[in-house]
Amino acid sequence: MNSPTYLVPLLPLAAFVVNFLFFRKNKHLAPLISVAGVAAAFGLSLYLAMGVLEHPQPVVDSFKWLDVAGGTLGNFTIKVGTLLDPLCALMLLVVTAVSLLVHVYSLGYMHDDDGIARFFMYLSLFTFSMLGLVVSPNLYQMYIFWELVGLCSYLLIGYYYKKPEANNACKKAFVVNRVGDFGMFLGILFLTYYLGTSDFQELPAKIGAWPVLGPSWLPLGVVALLLFCGAVGKSAQFPLHIWLPDAMEGPTPVSALIHAATMVAAGVYMVARTYVVFDASSFSSVNAPAVVAYVGAFTSIFAATIACTQFDIKRVLAYSTLSQLGYMVMALGAGGLGMTAGMFHLFTHAFFKALLFLGAGSVIHAVHSNDIRQMGGLLKKMPVTGITFLIACIAIAGIPPLAGFFSKDEILMALKEAHLDHLYTLASCVAFLTAFYMFRLFFLTFTGNLPQGSHAHESPTSMTFPLVMLALMSVVAGWTSLPHGKNFGHYIHYERPAGMAEQWKRSEALATAHPSERGTAAAHPILDAAEASAAHAPEEAAEAEKSHAFEWDPAIYIPATGVGLLGILLASVMYLFKKLSPDTLINSLGGLTRGIHKLAYNKYYIDEFYAWVVYKVYFVFSKGIAWFDRHVVDGFMNGLAWLSQASGGVLKRTQSGQVQAYALAFVLGLTALLVIVRNVLF
Amino acid sequence: MSSFPILSAIWFTPFLAGLLVIALVPGSRIQLIKWISLIASGASLLLTLMLCLRFDYGNGGALQFKETHNLIPGLGVDYRLGVDGMSLVMVALNALILFCGVLASWGAKHRAKEFFVLLLLLGGSVFGVFESFDLFVFFVFYEIAVLPMYLLIGIWGTGPKEYSAMKLTLMLMGGSAFILVGMLALYFAAAPHLGGHGTFDIFRIASVSHLLDPSFQKIWYPIMFLGFGALGALWPLHTWSPDGHASAPTAVSMLHAGVLMKLGAYGCLRVAIFLLPAGAHYWSDALAVLCLVNVVYGSIGAAAQTDLKYVTAYSSVSHMGLVMLGLATLGGMGLNGAVLQMFAHGIMTGTFFALIGMTYSRTHTRIMSQMGGLAKVLPFLGAAYVIAGMAGLGLPGLASFPAELLVFQGAWFSSDPFMKWVAVISITSIVFTAIYVLRVIQKTFYGPVTDKHFEDLTDASFVEKIPLVILILVMLVVGRYPFPVLDTINSSVKVILTQLAGQ
Repeated sequence: MNSPTYLVPLLPLAAFVVNFLFFRKNKHLAPLISVAGVAAAFGLSLYLAMGVLEHPQPVVDSFKWLDVAGGTLGNFTIKVGTLLDPLCALMLLVVTAVSLLVHVYSLGYMHDDDGIARFFMYLSLFTFSMLGLVVSPNLYQMYIFWELVGLCSYLLIGYYYKKPEANNACKKAFVVNRVGDFGMFLGILFLTYYLGTSDFQELPAKIGAWPVLGPSWLPLGVVALLLFCGAVGKSAQFPLHIWLPDAMEGPTPVSALIHAATMVAAGVYMVARTYVVFDASSFSSVNAPAVVAYVGAFTSIFAATIACTQFDIKRVLAYSTLSQLGYMVMALGAGGLGMTAGMFHLFTHAFFKALLFLGAGSVIHAVHSNDIRQMGGLLKKMPVTGITFLIACIAIAGIPPLAGFFSKDEILMALKEAHLDHLYTLASCVAFLTAFYMFRLFFLTFTGNLPQGSHAHESPTSMTFPLVMLALMSVVAGWTSLPHGKNFGHYIHYERPAGMAEQWKRSEALATAHPSERGTAAAHPILDAAEASAAHAPEEAAEAEKSHAFEWDPAIYIPATGVGLLGILLASVMYLFKKLSPDTLINSLGGLTRGIHKLAYNKYYIDEFYAWVVYKVYFVFSKGIAWFDRHVVDGFMNGLAWLSQASGGVLKRTQSGQVQAYALAFVLGLTALLVIVRNVLF
Repeated sequence: MSSFPILSAIWFTPFLAGLLVIALVPGSRIQLIKWISLIASGASLLLTLMLCLRFDYGNGGALQFKETHNLIPGLGVDYRLGVDGMSLVMVALNALILFCGVLASWGAKHRAKEFFVLLLLLGGSVFGVFESFDLFVFFVFYEIAVLPMYLLIGIWGTGPKEYSAMKLTLMLMGGSAFILVGMLALYFAAAPHLGGHGTFDIFRIASVSHLLDPSFQKIWYPIMFLGFGALGALWPLHTWSPDGHASAPTAVSMLHAGVLMKLGAYGCLRVAIFLLPAGAHYWSDALAVLCLVNVVYGSIGAAAQTDLKYVTAYSSVSHMGLVMLGLATLGGMGLNGAVLQMFAHGIMTGTFFALIGMTYSRTHTRIMSQMGGLAKVLPFLGAAYVIAGMAGLGLPGLASFPAELLVFQGAWFSSDPFMKWVAVISITSIVFTAIYVLRVIQKTFYGPVTDKHFEDLTDASFVEKIPLVILILVMLVVGRYPFPVLDTINSSVKVILTQLAGQ
């Protein structure tokens, strides 16, 4: 444990432990200790990030956590430790910064809550788990913390455990995520088994040997998609997106931290971390990045249409998160440039989405309602909240020079570069919808007339200060891509390992030559040869530098800004100037548009479908098994018992009490036994 | 100290205390009886701790602290005690559960004398099983461990207790009959290879087991495995478990699910697999299918239960299936995972049953639909239940995670392609398990308080908190640092692997 990176997750953990042991009931000290823990982690992350800017080479530091005899493959080992590189440093900064601001905000927001100590303990535990995930040097550690953040999310969604909706929501979140984790675990298992490693640092050298190391029935693309299942769960992509909107039952700061800015981005982060697996899979018969791109694209448009129809402020934001996550995932499917763009959007989105949620929390705090139809005119009453909210809306709508503009632009560009033209069109539509629903929300909430008898007032400084900080970040976070100096892609990029394509070809040839040795431990000597050649391949990274430089292309940014402005315009016509009633639009094409609106308003009935699967299929099946167990399996056992009882009833007549009869039976039995023993055993 | 018979002392202390209580203490002095029981189980725990401290971990594959005394020299029956890494872990588990079980029964009033005596006898004999490496002595302890169960459930149980007790005893005795016959067969089969002198010494039989005729092994392995499997709740011999657990009083459920079921799995490994390696290889696929049924069927079946104890009983069926599955893989990871899962499940189920007992003593119901919102009135018990539940669904950071991980890995890493299918299907259980665990937490502890009478319940008392805190701490520590425990297990697993490779 030489590297100080360890301390980043351990500081919030220390805060958790101290609170748990001493201040479980202390409503004043516990929050402060949690804030101190995350503040220290933030400071350290900042320091580490500075170091990474100068020395971007990865630093790994780990120790054995588990080591058992693995039979023919040697020992099976799991290591735990840290891997610090630009990608990790970026995430550390995002997580600690947003977490710190949310902690501060919660001091005000949760002030009157009886369980505030418990709340802050959970927050510290979450921050620890998330940071542990971020620094993971291998997939096992990532999986461990992956599950832990899932637990924290469960605990925090269910924070108001007396509310039945919160109960259902937290259970749903956990179970749905488990479904994704099932796939992810299989993916990890397969990678480890066939490649002999799950280390992020070792994967690039070995992945090209998949054709010979992996079995013929398992293309690498399938493995990559199994890993992606985990991301689909955690980053709430279709069809496992259903837990995220319900997760809004948790306290609003939690929605901001976990369900908007950090944890849900873990899926995107995981794909970026293992990008080499996805990239290499494009050589295999299943092209994982393409699937990833389409899943993301579908989620983003699907969720955007729902967001346009909802009236609960947090739900609109939740569907907007889904849609933006879909955007990032779509970018991930668009090759190396897309990976940079996806991470960039993750970075900028974390700030403006956290800001939107915290702003929404501020509003809810003031008006005690989630329904935007009962709001209006709040800008005058809550100027700080209103203006910062507006900044976030402009940022997410992709209007220059705010953060969202830059990252969205990079995504569009990556899509264009990857020749995914229809996805590019779709992404533009989503950009339009995003601007529309965000300004719909803004106008309905902050402009117009105050409802009768409203006592809304601005929130305390502990709540407005984080809003201002986040607003600042929402403005400047994208400026790293301004055309001077080193841009975002200089630090965060994926480059295909030199020689990987060649290694893949060679091992494919080997696999054809020695088909019997595919996917067996015996293939390892072949790997060594392949690996050696991959290792001494010259490092041509410097030459690749050019490719992740961000090029300004007016053919992209002008239309992108244009659709954003168009969305705002439409929203202002409908909700600010009220020139066009939503009903007119809904009825414009008669049954068709009414039907679409009804579908979107009801979230395409996906929740109903799942409810049917769980309650009408799974639980019925489960009851069937329980019945089978009680009546068939156990019935059989009871039948045996009854049979022996019945035969006992017959046999008991032999117990006549006559000594002579017993003696006779004894002699006969002994003779029989002797005969049997003599003949059978000897 | 080196000559101090520490292993004998560990199992004999609870026995002696039990005998003392029978002989000298009148049944009316409940407090004294409780203290004697607590001190005896505490002494065993301390001795176990000493054992752990003095154990030579560098040489964990070899038997240590051996004690040998002739019992019936003509038959090769000797009183042979000794522990290796694997049995050390199991002895430690039993010591913990027994101690916590006594604490969890602190409120017992009805015929307390007999209750604690039987409990001590039960705990002592379980120590005996884990410590002995003479088949005969092993079997004697095994039988002594099963018998008190009948009385403990039949007298102090709830619900249809006579039926449950009878069912449990008959099914386990049926298993024992198989084991007895198999043991004798082994004895006679090994004798010619040992110069005509039969022996019950497990390690001496093991030294010649590669000479045993493979067809002999093929016949006797399933008999032994199913015999022990009955106690390990192997499907379809598991049906005693839901009824038995539901009827049993708290401490008995704890001991039973916590350690007694492990005797079955331990027997499968130490006797069936170790002594009949060729048979083990031959049957591994077929048995893996049964284990798979355990894992998946148990976890799906648990979701339909309405009684807390039934949920836990089915979850035990599922989790013990993982243990048995790990054994059936016959690989290093699987075996390590299985033994660690025995330990982890022991601690976890012990906690579950203790919690259910404590909850029941307050609400007087175990039916989930009659509860709800208990976390508000019983925050400590609620938090403990959530932690134990998380261990149940294999959450990292708690003891069962590394165990389950290794079992799944072990099945996939097996050289047998069929086992890979078993692995994939068994991993689906992580979803099913999450469903029933969270369902219980939601229905029992979350939500608004449903019953007005629950409003003035009191949370766990100091005495009740002790066992819970101990068990949860062990879960957390082993979950965070499985390395030391796994290393200890691994040293004996290596011996078994050599045995399996040399068949």
